[in-house]
Amino acid sequence: MRTMLSIAWTEFRRLFRSPLAWSILAVMQFVLGLIFLVLVQEFLEVVQPDTAGMDNAPGVTDTIVSAVYLWSGIIMLAVMPILTMRTFAEERMNGTFTLLRSAPVSVSDIVLGKYLGLLGFILLMVLLISVMPLSLQLGTSLDLGKILASILGLILLLASFAAAGLFISSLTRQPIVAAVSSFGLLLFLVVLYISGKSQSNGSELFIYLSHFGHFLSFLQGLFQSGDMLYYLLFIGGFIVLTVRKLDNESLQR
Amino acid sequence: MTQEVLVQAENLHRHYGPHHAVDGVSIHLHQGEVLALLGPNGAGKSTTMQMLTGNIAPGSGQIRIAGIDLLDEPRLAKRHIGYLPEKPPLYQDMTVQEYLRYCASLHDLRGKAAVAAVDFAVQRCNLEEVMKRLIGNLSKGFQQRTGIAQAILHQPSVIILDEPTVGLDPVQIMEIRQLIRELGNDHGVILSTHILPEVKMVCDRVQIMARGRTEFADTLAGLENRRGSPVLLVGFETDVDEHKLTALNGVTTVEKQANSTYQLHINEQFAADSVCRLAFAEQWKITQITPQSVSLESIFLSIVHQEESA
Repeated sequence: MRTMLSIAWTEFRRLFRSPLAWSILAVMQFVLGLIFLVLVQEFLEVVQPDTAGMDNAPGVTDTIVSAVYLWSGIIMLAVMPILTMRTFAEERMNGTFTLLRSAPVSVSDIVLGKYLGLLGFILLMVLLISVMPLSLQLGTSLDLGKILASILGLILLLASFAAAGLFISSLTRQPIVAAVSSFGLLLFLVVLYISGKSQSNGSELFIYLSHFGHFLSFLQGLFQSGDMLYYLLFIGGFIVLTVRKLDNESLQR
Repeated sequence: MTQEVLVQAENLHRHYGPHHAVDGVSIHLHQGEVLALLGPNGAGKSTTMQMLTGNIAPGSGQIRIAGIDLLDEPRLAKRHIGYLPEKPPLYQDMTVQEYLRYCASLHDLRGKAAVAAVDFAVQRCNLEEVMKRLIGNLSKGFQQRTGIAQAILHQPSVIILDEPTVGLDPVQIMEIRQLIRELGNDHGVILSTHILPEVKMVCDRVQIMARGRTEFADTLAGLENRRGSPVLLVGFETDVDEHKLTALNGVTTVEKQANSTYQLHINEQFAADSVCRLAFAEQWKITQITPQSVSLESIFLSIVHQEESA
């Protein structure tokens, strides 16, 4: 247990040793800042005058806050694979995985430790992203419940990205291959959602299988235990797969 | 042997597809012993070491480390192993101190025990001056020593080093050899190497591998005995009477080589002295006397080749 935590802590700290984590945080913040600015301007100049006096008019939280979290999720589709490729593929390529393999540490401790390290980064990132929408609180009143649901949804979505990326990373020793394949998998799940929503032959099953559909209901402020369960199963499933893959790796085939 | 058996590996097999990387190798190591694994490239040395350290599982065979079965109780057995792979497993973006602390925590050493372990390893490997530097910025020699520090810091009873002196300068090589020798006194050490003089300096026993099989396993003394009779190369200014040389005490055969040089197979310590006395009496002018012992290299080659031709 303590070994697992020290793997997680080292993993988290090593992320910030390279310019990678810093540049990812900076670029995310910059792009989302621009999006945020555009949304605020649009709200002030278009949405607010148009909907003034309407019943149940869409508020700041609906038009700006949810959109910022949605964009975060979309951008992270491309960014998360870059973070997860480091976990196993890069360690294999640098020969450092031998250190963990030779140490008296179980494979599940290694996998969970690395996953927790990523989770730490995700929490930090969501925190930074949330500063922008929450700053609106200075000038207006926000639907905090909805924001909390969005934050939880984004954390779960990114955690599911990380689990899938972790597994793909365990399959290969080429970081780039790991990144591209993880991106492909994540994008595939989005495409499932889009095709499930299509007018001609939509499919409830596809929407259910896609991780994005569950995220959208969080953005609407809905906290459904079914969505929560979906993410937990998704994450648990990929972590178990990763442990099994690494456990079997050393065996004679 | 009364000493504790630290490594007992029986009949290890491992193949990659149709290629047998390791084919029935057994390894035994006792406490206070340094065992060298010798062999040409692709002989299966590294694969054997990976199996002994639990990095890959053997296709068949059994490994016991300090009496614990590595395959049944990997976590318990791995506590007794320190391993330096061919490529040192170093995180380039950590400092030496952080890295060694992390290694200590992987071996479940905390607090004071961790500090003591890191201090011990740093002192043993002379890393004091680079403690605060990033591993990626260190020279190859320091990186290699950091790798060795990582392998010894939890004071394992078995230390497995895959080509530990590659890429080091001569001074560092001497230091590392001395370190290995010292470690060999209280621990058991298995090392693989290409450098034959190294074997002579640090090892007690030798195991020569070729194409996945053990071709020779004996003590260093046993290997030395294979050397056969020593040879003396004697050069004269002009050609001399071979028969007079052959008649000398302690000289068995004489072969004439170019430039009035003679290769004498001798079986006695003072044969060189007899040659000199004879030359003095006959007024032959000696240009050189060079003792030529059969080198470890040639024994090694003969063992490896003998197998190839068989």
